[in-house]
Amino acid sequence: MSVVDRPDASGRFGDFGGRFAPETLMPALEELEGAFEAAWTDPVYQEELAGLLSDFVGRPTPLYEASRLSDVLGVRLLLKREDLAHTGAHKINNTVGQALLAHRMGKPRVIAETGAGQHGVATATACALFGLECEVFMGTVDISRQALNVERMLMLGATVTPVTSGAGTLKDAVSAALRDWVATVETTHYIIGSVVGPHPFPWIVRQLQRVIGDETLDQLGDTKPDVVVACVGGGSNSMGMFYPFATGTADLVGIEAGGYGLDSGRHGASLVAGSPGVLHGARTYMLQDGEGQVLEAHSISAGLDYPGVGPEHAQFKEEGLARYDSVTDAEALDAMDLLSRTEGIIPALEPSHALAWVWREREALADKTVVLCLSGRGDKDVDQVAVVRSQ
Amino acid sequence: MTFRESFEVTGERALLLPYMMCGLPDPAGTVELFSAMADAGADGFEVGIPYADPLMDGPVIQEAGTRSLASGMTLRRGLEITALIREATNLPCAVMTYVNPILTMGVAEFAHAAGGAGAGAAIIADLPVDESEPFAAALENEGVGLVQFAAPTTTDARLDRVVERADPFVYGIAEMGVTGERDGSSSRAADLAARVRSRSAVPLVLGVGISGPESAAAAGRLADGVIVGTALVRRVLDAADRATACEAVASLVGDLAEAMRS
Repeated sequence: MSVVDRPDASGRFGDFGGRFAPETLMPALEELEGAFEAAWTDPVYQEELAGLLSDFVGRPTPLYEASRLSDVLGVRLLLKREDLAHTGAHKINNTVGQALLAHRMGKPRVIAETGAGQHGVATATACALFGLECEVFMGTVDISRQALNVERMLMLGATVTPVTSGAGTLKDAVSAALRDWVATVETTHYIIGSVVGPHPFPWIVRQLQRVIGDETLDQLGDTKPDVVVACVGGGSNSMGMFYPFATGTADLVGIEAGGYGLDSGRHGASLVAGSPGVLHGARTYMLQDGEGQVLEAHSISAGLDYPGVGPEHAQFKEEGLARYDSVTDAEALDAMDLLSRTEGIIPALEPSHALAWVWREREALADKTVVLCLSGRGDKDVDQVAVVRSQ
Repeated sequence: MTFRESFEVTGERALLLPYMMCGLPDPAGTVELFSAMADAGADGFEVGIPYADPLMDGPVIQEAGTRSLASGMTLRRGLEITALIREATNLPCAVMTYVNPILTMGVAEFAHAAGGAGAGAAIIADLPVDESEPFAAALENEGVGLVQFAAPTTTDARLDRVVERADPFVYGIAEMGVTGERDGSSSRAADLAARVRSRSAVPLVLGVGISGPESAAAAGRLADGVIVGTALVRRVLDAADRATACEAVASLVGDLAEAMRS
């Protein structure tokens, strides 16, 4: 099966993916698969979505030649400016598409999980636009490190429900959202924030995020990039960027959260340092102990602080369609400063990981053309960075 | 006793199948807890083996799982404890866990260990019928059934596949939502039971949200078995010591058994 046909009827990307979910949810997952299939091939849905992406989200986002930073690096660096999308990150591409879908399906209520709060804000935004009730589950640790986004969600009319279980981060928020959905599935649509979860979610989110890569290909024109790089938590901005490039010649590189370093055991690098297992409904790479118990992830970036990854990335790794590496919290912080000071763009901590990799590999990348997905802006991280710096 | 024998022996009366997390109140005291429930009138058990991210469980069983894991519980040790429960009570046991610890152990290895422990069935909460084939085949080789689930949301087409493959029973999810106590009896269980009965003679066991004598008796009138979990687990979590825990669960199991027999 070629890459463009995936996933198969059972929701598999090769050996990964599938639908490991409680029976209560299975009919809704089947219904959602059918509804998305119908919507995606319906010109009316596509026209509505295109209109929203253009006039509400502000697409296409620019592909920006970062000249000053390119000079510093000795690498030609092009930034795909998802930070300029409405609400400040690529997450809105997915939530607008899924809220439109929920509206078509007649589901009056939407739930979502959030780590950094960007997906929560994007979901609350799309729900306000469509008049849908919105509840966002967020770990208590993330609530304190992403306070700005909590206020934004409340202002947009969403309910933010604190999640105290586990480490109080993104994994626990996903689990809490899934548990809510088991009770409310008949009236509620779950807008999952990344290319994770049981089928059809990884497929839906990839289809809604591939606009990043499709636009980039258009904007590049005759330019052939040597490397396309993006950060990987669950992996939605990176899969959205990579997917349209998968059959091309560019070297695709996904950068995971190295946390305090892979040797510390405190990181979020599922593909680089994890192993295959089933997490949140899909077979994928995950962080787990020798007994198959899921481990807590760590990253300075709430959006990358997740012990799993989308199943399609697992297959990209397995087939060598992309390669994966990691950078540490400290490297990401330095890269955040570098972009801020050379280009006047404060990036979020998540894409700062991808920037840090380009910085680290600048000699190997000398004179090459690198496209980097700048998945979000850094306003949300300013308070947290100030706290870290003062310690 | 096997599940099949138990369903036959009790005839019209539904089996009372308490759920308890192994490793509670402490790993050495688990068998005592199950024996106390057997003496109080349990007909068989669902033996919970903890997983760190239990998507089908509410806060009480999550907390129980966290405590059990902290005490060093593993899938293998859980199966060893199941063997001891079988030895002490001679009642049928269904082991309950999630997919990932089984994949880590290896499906065939798990099936072999479960069969060796005398488990009559496996209940895997995040394994729908669609993904169950390799698990069912491995378990069948070792004489262990794989329970399939029917929820109020399950479509007719899915239910046909569920009843065909369920062994030794269908787990009827009586309530929408995760495990936990509810007020009153399920409004969805009667319809679900009728839909299962109209398709198959396979035994039906109801669980989720059944917490007291009244709701257990109501579920028992619809089904061949009733699972009560959270209400029992909560009593163990709240108990100060092993003896108190045993008394607390025995008292509730006694009340449940009496309500279901009258």
